[in-house]
Amino acid sequence: MQKPVLTISELHANVEDKEILKGVNLEIKGGEVHAIMGPNGTGKSTLSSTIMGHPKYHVTSGTVTLNEANVLEMSVDERARAGLFLAMQYPAEVPGVTNSDFLRTAMQTRMEDGKDVPLFKFIRELDKNVEKLEMREDLPHRYLNEGFSGGEKKRNEILQMLMLKPNIAILDEIDSGLDVDALRIVGEAVNSMRSENFGCLLITHYQRLLDHIKPDFVHIMMKGRIVKSGGAELIEKIDREGYDWIKKELGIDDERVIVEEQKRKVTSIGTCATKEMLDL
Amino acid sequence: MSAEIKEKKHELENIVTDYKYGFKTEHKNLKDTGKGISEAVVREISAIKGEPEWMLNYRLKAYAHFAKAEMPSWGPDLSEINFDEYTYYIKPSEKAENSWEDVPNEIKDTFDKLGIPEAEAKFLSGVSTQYESEVVYHNNQKELEEAGVIFMDTDSALRQYPDLFKEYFGKVIPYADNKFAALNSAVWSGGSFIYVPKGVKIEKPLQSYFRINTESMGQFERTLIIVDEGADIHYVEGCTAPTYSADSLHAAVVEIYVRNGGRCRYSTIQNWSSNILNLVTKRAVCEDYAHMEWIDGNIGSKITMKYPACVLKGEGAKGTTISIAFAGEGQIQDAGAKMIHLAPNTSSTIISKSLSRNGGNVTYRGTVEHGKKAKGAKSHVECDTIILDSLSKSDTIPYNIVKNDDVTIQHEATVSKVSEEQLFYLMSRGLTEEQATEMIVMGFIEPFAKELPMEYAVELNQLLKLEMNGSIG
Repeated sequence: MQKPVLTISELHANVEDKEILKGVNLEIKGGEVHAIMGPNGTGKSTLSSTIMGHPKYHVTSGTVTLNEANVLEMSVDERARAGLFLAMQYPAEVPGVTNSDFLRTAMQTRMEDGKDVPLFKFIRELDKNVEKLEMREDLPHRYLNEGFSGGEKKRNEILQMLMLKPNIAILDEIDSGLDVDALRIVGEAVNSMRSENFGCLLITHYQRLLDHIKPDFVHIMMKGRIVKSGGAELIEKIDREGYDWIKKELGIDDERVIVEEQKRKVTSIGTCATKEMLDL
Repeated sequence: MSAEIKEKKHELENIVTDYKYGFKTEHKNLKDTGKGISEAVVREISAIKGEPEWMLNYRLKAYAHFAKAEMPSWGPDLSEINFDEYTYYIKPSEKAENSWEDVPNEIKDTFDKLGIPEAEAKFLSGVSTQYESEVVYHNNQKELEEAGVIFMDTDSALRQYPDLFKEYFGKVIPYADNKFAALNSAVWSGGSFIYVPKGVKIEKPLQSYFRINTESMGQFERTLIIVDEGADIHYVEGCTAPTYSADSLHAAVVEIYVRNGGRCRYSTIQNWSSNILNLVTKRAVCEDYAHMEWIDGNIGSKITMKYPACVLKGEGAKGTTISIAFAGEGQIQDAGAKMIHLAPNTSSTIISKSLSRNGGNVTYRGTVEHGKKAKGAKSHVECDTIILDSLSKSDTIPYNIVKNDDVTIQHEATVSKVSEEQLFYLMSRGLTEEQATEMIVMGFIEPFAKELPMEYAVELNQLLKLEMNGSIG
């Protein structure tokens, strides 16, 4: 099997006509773990969603390739089937759909025509991974993320990664909402995936996740670009000194490109109905 | 019928083949009353059936009311109905059958395609299948007989249990209730009759399959269920109809009487073909601490108007309606529920899930009424809607009528499009947009699907997948 390579070059992307990514360059190969650090609002999550193809983000220039295939021309599901995976910061809840049905359907999309996911093997593997992640035993029968705590949702993202076995995984703030034990469990799970066929991009602003998953490369993101790259020594320096020294080096005051979080608005319909509508 | 018209008809029948259950079996009808309705037609139906005088008189009174009653004007437009175009009675075979072997082959063929015999083996404790206007196949299993449960077609029940029949017939839904109840009362034929004696609990669902098989033929089945004190029954009615080129009318009446402490669950998924007008009156009366549950699915038909009702007249009585309505291209689903609280400490729950796509129009129309004596009554209404595209429509029309100051009514309603975040999430795991949408929709109706016997849940799943096909893109 060819070692996977995800190559991002000079990537620019907009949200609602505002440029958030301003020329990102990054290459992730199988066997490597990269970490992108940086304060809030610097474009880290935008980068991950853009790579996965979220409809809210519009690429204006630059390229993303996976093993030389043009990722930007693929639909979201094609990207997934090509081997990309995004563990989301805020995974959606899908009421009425069990985790088990969902996972099996997702795995089925990767099967050759006419072949089915072997049921017993699937159940065994799911149970094994649920145990490994120390999740509730009834997880397969619970509805997808519905009523899950923040930590449960994050573990569920990792569970999906373990089951779907992507070639390149992007973990977007997988550490937020996790306590010390959960962090260790998630770290072990990610480490168990490490191989020549698996490349990983961790997005975080805390070094504590990186105690568990040792990155080979560390990148700092500010103003929608990667402004500094190095090895594990960068983590320690940021832990000690924060980000101000980088800002000083670059001569910037405000490292952010996103000043306001996207807000959800509540629209009221008549007297009896309210709906939560995404501001799209 | 002239040769030319016959040929035209044949042509049309060949054209309309895209409906999944749109096969039609050739079958010679032994008797029908021809097109149109009149007092003479009503008399003829009663005469063919050899009914007692009181039933003929009841039919005639109902017909008189039907003839003068106004069409309902508060809902979908029904002005296309021409009552002269329908055939009101067709008899497919001489008498109701009680053994599968004796059922005529053409009819068997139709049911084979619907998978009835296999279904029976696993889930059923009794089968009563309606073919056109008369029940032809009827099988009461031993278990039911030994428990003293009566489960037969309604015509047979009138002959065999005249006193019981007369005591309850038309009591829950009088013929003057509405124009279509009057029509049904005048020309009713077939349907199921169930009596469950005191304290008898039947765990396996009783089931009936309905099927219209003649063009422009109204089907007017009449179902009467009596659940005696402390008894418990689950009745499942399923409908799939072949597609025809002319409109068909389905105006059923379902009356249910649940005595003290009894429980009745009535589950149905209607999947009439897209030319059927489905105008149904369903109502249950609950005595003290009785519980009525309507599990009501509406997927097919051109226009459906159906609002299963619970009249909670005994203290502590409980009513539940869980329903879905799916309106696709050219369809109007006007469905909902009614909960009428007439006694203290009664409670009711309505969960309604509506979907529309491809220009379909789905309306939840419901009434919750708390009468003067309904002190301490509670009701909970939840109606959720998903609109799958910008062509489609949805309305929520809840009426709450409160006549005393000691009640609790909760009403929640949501309307949403398929959420972009959910779609993105599912697609990011490899599901196509179509698969993802289907999964979100299946999840949306899960609260309904999980209430169904397994084979029905599977069938519902397949039906919705068919409905959803091509909805994306």
